[in-house]
Formats: sequence, C-alpha cells, structure tokens
Amino acid sequence: MKRWLAVVIGWTLAAAAQAAPPERVVTLGGSVTEIVYQLEQGARLVGDDLSSLYPDAATRLPRVGYYRSVPVEGVLALKPDLVLASEQAGPPDALKRLGDVGVRVVTVPDSPSVDSLKARIRNIAEALDVAPAGERLVERIARELKAVEAIPVTNARAILLLNRTGAMQGAGRGTAANEVMSMAGLVNVLKEQQGYKPLSAEAVSALAPDVIVVTKTSLEASGGLDKLLALPGLASTPAAAQKRVIVMDDLLLLGMGPRLPQALTELKREAAGVMAR
Amino acid sequence: MSWRASAGRTAAPLALLLLGAALAAAALAASSSGAVRIPLGELPSLLWGQPAPGNELWRNVLIDIRLPRVLFALVAGAALAVSGASMQALFRNPLAEPGLIGISAGGALGAVGAIVLTSGGFWILAPAAFAGSLLATFCAYALGRRVPGVAGLLLAGIAINAVAGSLIGLFTFVANDAQLRDLTFWSMGSLAGANWTLLAFLGPWVLLMSLWLMGQWRVMNALLLGEREAQHLGYALKRVRAQLVLACALMIGPLVAATGGIAFVGLVVPHLVRMTLGANHRWLLPACVLGGALALVLADWLSRVAVVPAELPIGLVTSLVGGPFFLWLLARGRRHG
Repeated sequence: MKRWLAVVIGWTLAAAAQAAPPERVVTLGGSVTEIVYQLEQGARLVGDDLSSLYPDAATRLPRVGYYRSVPVEGVLALKPDLVLASEQAGPPDALKRLGDVGVRVVTVPDSPSVDSLKARIRNIAEALDVAPAGERLVERIARELKAVEAIPVTNARAILLLNRTGAMQGAGRGTAANEVMSMAGLVNVLKEQQGYKPLSAEAVSALAPDVIVVTKTSLEASGGLDKLLALPGLASTPAAAQKRVIVMDDLLLLGMGPRLPQALTELKREAAGVMAR
Repeated sequence: MSWRASAGRTAAPLALLLLGAALAAAALAASSSGAVRIPLGELPSLLWGQPAPGNELWRNVLIDIRLPRVLFALVAGAALAVSGASMQALFRNPLAEPGLIGISAGGALGAVGAIVLTSGGFWILAPAAFAGSLLATFCAYALGRRVPGVAGLLLAGIAINAVAGSLIGLFTFVANDAQLRDLTFWSMGSLAGANWTLLAFLGPWVLLMSLWLMGQWRVMNALLLGEREAQHLGYALKRVRAQLVLACALMIGPLVAATGGIAFVGLVVPHLVRMTLGANHRWLLPACVLGGALALVLADWLSRVAVVPAELPIGLVTSLVGGPFFLWLLARGRRHG
C-alpha cells in the first residue's frame, strides 16, 4: 500500500514537473548560456559553467566547473529542474546520471555552423517554453546574416592567431575561426592545416598573409601589437609591413553564438578598412 | 630503510587498528558531506530504511553517486599504496612506485590515444588505458630481463616512460581543443566515473591482489637485505620479480584506466607508514592498504568540497597536499636525526 502510494505521488509530481515551465535551469556551454540570456530568460538560471563568459551576469552565477567535466553532485546541489547541455558537454556518464536521478536534461546541437546555431536556439527556446521568442531570434539572426552578405567581401588572404599558452597558434580548418573567416569573405592561408597548431615561422612567411586577425586576450598575452608584428615569420609578411591587424573580442569572434552577425559585420568592415591602406 | 624490530609485537597491530578506525570515520564523514549536504544522522535511514518524503534527492545522491565514489576511493587508494610499497621493496629504492615500470605512462598513452583517435567514451577509453598499461609493463619487463638484477627492469622502465611520454606528446600535437581539455582532465585524475558496476569488478579484484601481495611480506623483507642475500636465503628472485610486477600491473592497470592519473599516493603513503611503523613488511603492507585508502578517501572528499559546486581534479589534490606534507616530513625527520 505504502509503495503504491509512493508511486502515485511520484507520478503526480512528475506530471506536475512536466506541466510547469522549468524555473531552476543550469546551462552547460558558453553559447547555450548566451542564448538563454538573448531569449531574456536569464532570471531562470541558477548556475552555469566556466565557459559561460557572456553576458557579465553569467559570470556571477554559481559555476559547476568546465562543461566537459561536469560534477553530478555539484549540479544536483543547485536543485535544477532543467539542465540545458551543449552536445559537447560531458562526461556522457555524468549527464546520464543526472537523468537517472530525475533531472530533466536537454542536450542541444553545438558545432560551429549557422544551422547548428539555429537548431540550438530552437531547442533551447522549446525547453524553456518560449518557442515563439526562439523563432523570433532565429528570424532576426537570419535577417542580420542577409544584411552581412550585402557588405562587399575583400577575399584577403588572412591568418587568425591565438595565444593561450604562451606559444602563438594559427587556426586551420575544422575550427570556428576558419568558419567565421570564410563567412566574412577572408581566405584562410592555413586552411590546409587541421585545427589549431603552433605557428611555424618559415611557413607563415612563405604563406605571406595580407591580414592578421587576432583576439584581444591573445594580443595581450603576446605583449601588444609591436611585439606581435616583430615575431619571427610574421615580421616579413605583407600584413606586418602594412600593419594590417584586426583585433577582436575572443568570444564575439569565435563563439559562433547569437552575436555571429555582429561579429561578421565587424570583421568584414575592419578587413575592408585595413585592405584599403 | 631501517629495521625497527622494537616496533612490532604490540605497536603495529595497535597502529593498524587506529588506521582502520580513522578510515571508517573518514568514510562516514565523506559520505555525509559534499555539494549536497546529507546530515550524518540520516545516513542509516537513507541506507536501510524508507526515506522520508522529500529526502529522495539525498537518497539518490548517497546511493547512486556518493557511496560508490567513497568506496572506489578506498579501493583505489589501498591498491596504489600497497603496490607502491611492493615496488619500493622490489627495487630496494624509496623512490619507486607503480609508475616506474610504465604502468601509469602506458595507461595514459592508451587513454590519450583513445581520446584523440576515437569518439571517446568510458568504454573505449578504459580498455585502451588498461591495454596500454599492461603492454608498457610487459615491454619493460621483457626488455629488462636481459640485464642481470633489478637494474635492467629499472632502466627499461625509465626508457618505456620516455617513449610513452613522447608518444603522448605526439597525440597532444594532433589533438583539437576539446580533446586537449579532455586530456588535461584525464591526466589530473578523477573518481567521478565510480559506479556500482565498476566497483563490483574492481573491488574484489583489488582485495584479492592486495591479499596476495601482503602474503609476500617474507620475500620483501629478505629483499631489504640485498638481492644476493635474498637469493642466498632461498628465494628465486627472477620468479619473484615477475610475480610482483605482474600483480602490480594487473591491479593498477584497470585502476589507472578508470581514474586517470592520481599521483603521489603510491609514493608517499608507504613512506609515511615506514616512518612510523618501520620497514617490516608484515605490518607495512596491511598498514599501506589502510593508509592508502584513508589518504584517497580524504583527498576525494577535499576535491568534492573545496570549490562547490565544481570539483577539483583528485590528482591535483593528492600532489598539492601530499607534496608539501611529504617535504615537511622529510625536513622534520632530518632535524631529529
């Protein structure tokens, strides 16, 4: 009898949880968090992960660590009724366990492409019970991307540099950086290379890029513009000779989130500007 | 290493008893605290009784997540420490640990290969790491056998470590960003993968191997005198060497596969025990089992509560706490002569 009662109570609770829109949401993945804020649902977040850096409010929430090593207990301690996880989040076992103890886990597509971005927004909006707002956001982004296409392309030969660990790295194909560059009408001189790799001075001077794109933190890590342009290999490129360097915010440039049109606009305008020199 | 015959008879069993009590207390405390706080008094009713309505979260966390993890820390710590003590006896060198014969580096190589070359997932990563550690140990043993004495094994182990290290570097070079993060986390160790299935496999296995190793205390004591002396005492050292290496590899291999890199426990715990109980392996080995379990339960506890709701990698905790503590012990020991 007791057990039977418990089952009934459990079902009722589960049904109630299904019916009511989630009010305690934990996001795993920077782009996922950003979309929740773009949908103006930020107030429903009770926690996010260390990759959630935009907007500022996201950095003030309790952080459950990096989204690829999610602690089950840490997430449970926030008593979430919904976990919105990037498909890159993990370990898979941790997400499965969250589901096993009764937390609703929704995994959303997260790869560097516009289609993935649109699907991500739609899935998140649906999970948060604000599907119309999601549709509006998708339409707005599509409209803005159309507008970006109208800006003339330079087809400049570009190299995108990152410096996270002290050694300068160049972005090859299969990266968000490569995707953003090609969408902005830039030709990635490192497209033969897979992923981010330490820069070879000889290869760079041989490839002779016309434009250097670099993120803000990478530029700071390399000790400023002058130091960057004096790096062996880079110093002899046309880009360095003409000081054609585009500096952009890391997350804006490489996040491929809802601010993608803004990033592309900025990148295209800057590229046109420096190439006019 | 000094024989301390005086510590024995009564002191050692008492120390074992104390260690056991401390381990039980630590396991209880670790079970009750964490990101989700469970009152100590609720533990019995959550474990055996009907949980009060509203306490389902506690029950889920305790039974599905925390208890297997605490027990797994216990098992892994015991295995690391007892195999560390065995390796130190075999090599007659206080710097020895299971990593010396390539177990850890081989495991890491297998894991890294799995992360970079496949889509990953625990059930590819763990067997790959296990295979890597066994293969590396086998190579070290097979190559080292050609040189007389334990020196060959030691040299081959060092070379295997270097080779594995450079291959790991190669994989790191071709890895993408996400894989690099996974690599870093793996190498810092975690017990988050603990569950009842894993425990059901590894628990009895580690118990069996530890019991066997503890049974070898006589030959380990004989080795303290020197290799030739041990041979004169009638031990077939070649066979002993093969058996000890195999036992440690079989015990630590699957653990490394499941936990990643957990540094320092295999090195420090045997030292601590030796400093207090002396080098008689009859007591040293069981004390290592208990002490290692205690150390890792505490380390995992710390890793869970230090940065709530996130978690510190456990390998970081063991070397961050273990390293300085060990240095302090050394400095203190020197002063007292």
